[in-house]
Amino acid sequence: MTIKLVKENMKHRPMRSLLSALLIGVPVTLILCLVGLSHGMVDENNRRTQGIGADIIVRPTGSTMLSLSGGMDERVVGFLAKQPHVAMAMGVVNQAVEGITLGATGIDLDQFNRMSGGFNYLEGGPFRGADDVIVDQYYAEQKHLHVGSTVNILNRDWRVSGIIESGKLTRIALPLRILQERTSNLGKVSQIYLKLDNSSLTNDVVKDLKGLLKDYPIYSVADWTSLFNVNNIPGLQPFTVVIMVIGIVIGFLVVYLSMYMAVLQRTREIGILKSLGASNAFILGIILTEALMLGLGGTLLGIGMSYGAYWLIRTLVPASFPLVIVYSWWPIACGITLAGAGLGALYPGFSAARHDPIEALAYE
Amino acid sequence: MNEGQAIIEVRELRKIYRVGDVDVAALRGLDLDVLPAEFLSIVGPSGSGKSTLFHIIGGLAPPTSGRVRVADGDLATMTEAGRTRLRRRTVSFVFQKFNLLPNLTARDNIAVARHLAGLELKPDAQFEEVVRLLGIARRLDHKPNALSGGEQQRVAIARAIVNHPAILLADEPTGNLDTENSKAVLEVLRDLNERLGQTILMITHNPEAAAYGHRTVHMRDGRIVDGD
Repeated sequence: MTIKLVKENMKHRPMRSLLSALLIGVPVTLILCLVGLSHGMVDENNRRTQGIGADIIVRPTGSTMLSLSGGMDERVVGFLAKQPHVAMAMGVVNQAVEGITLGATGIDLDQFNRMSGGFNYLEGGPFRGADDVIVDQYYAEQKHLHVGSTVNILNRDWRVSGIIESGKLTRIALPLRILQERTSNLGKVSQIYLKLDNSSLTNDVVKDLKGLLKDYPIYSVADWTSLFNVNNIPGLQPFTVVIMVIGIVIGFLVVYLSMYMAVLQRTREIGILKSLGASNAFILGIILTEALMLGLGGTLLGIGMSYGAYWLIRTLVPASFPLVIVYSWWPIACGITLAGAGLGALYPGFSAARHDPIEALAYE
Repeated sequence: MNEGQAIIEVRELRKIYRVGDVDVAALRGLDLDVLPAEFLSIVGPSGSGKSTLFHIIGGLAPPTSGRVRVADGDLATMTEAGRTRLRRRTVSFVFQKFNLLPNLTARDNIAVARHLAGLELKPDAQFEEVVRLLGIARRLDHKPNALSGGEQQRVAIARAIVNHPAILLADEPTGNLDTENSKAVLEVLRDLNERLGQTILMITHNPEAAAYGHRTVHMRDGRIVDGD
């Protein structure tokens, strides 16, 4: 009967119910998009790293998960190439193009082809000139590029020589020497990838290399991709917590206002229920149930809106924001919303339960 | 409760309301006895304390002093939870303004009372009997705004008696009805009293309505001043 009362109350004021649920849904969408973006970035980065075909990554001294500091002397590449079991060493230059979500990579295409087996070209082919760029399908889609198109990257125009299938190293590949020149990094590389003659020796080689290059962060690709997750990205967890708290606060405020108004509008009905023998707990239960139903509706709308955001981002900026749907966060977002909704309904609920039945019955 | 013993026994009942800084005495030492299966009409001018008396007998408000025994329960010492339980099964109300829940159908309005009393929500013989007595079977799936005043009041009466309360308190039940519907509602109340032995207390301003009761008491200034 409580559910029926709540359902009929919500149906009686459909616009209020819908708007409340929509407002509750907004932070749900924010949370799911933020989580989807961070997971998408990590997944995409790891997928591209694994697509290189390397066994070991050597990063500059002082680098962190997200930053690469000032780079390494390019001669380190040659040094590493001579180490036992190292079949091949490839240095690359990374350069941010749009914040931390989109970067360009300078590569020696011949080396890259030997290490990874080469790009899978959907259109066009390798660099043919110093001003050529290879982009992946998502960047091409985002910028509406085709082979022969001109695109401005790092304040200069480049000619698209090839469009590749996404999933290997980078979204934007530039000739290594040209990018070193343009970024004043001549003789320097940002990362070095090593391919071994026997992948089963990776951990041993990593250990040996750490002995030789004491201050350099050196990882096996397997370790690096497992380390590069959302829990290890500096600042991401506190940011997510802040967004979750905002979600709870918005849910609390929306439900508080909505239920406060509802209690005012239904004062007489509360009096009627009390005259029929409804206890304070029953009245509180009605208000809490309605709030939780609004919270649940808001969560569903929020999930729906996150799909809308997913579609919009995938359509407009698929390369810049690799958003994914993270199903495991649906119950978390739901819990956050219900917590906010439940808290928001407490005061109006207790206020309704404490109504004097005679005054409530006289309320017009 | 022994046969012949009053189902409602009120002694020296006083109720004082605090309005701002002023104490207003709504009941000033009222005595009343009502026997089981009695149909009692209560008349009196506005402000004489009729509704306050109902609110106290019905457990909506506690008395300030005096003794009020309703179906063996002492309202003077009853907790709020006890008075809530009293309203579920022992005493029920019919109001002038019907006071149906506007978002629910007639059927659900009646079902709410059954739910609160802890009874089955599905229609049973008790429910069917009440619906038949009040002639509302065809209107059960309508919401209050689709019912006439007379139909709404019959639904309100159905809701009030569906749990077979010991006492029915009707506060000007015909106050918002035309003559024809007033008569129909009063006939229903008399029928309930005669056929089911329902104890009824009815507040009214209308002498013709009061005549439906077995006896009429007159109230003025918070006291009973006359009774036949």
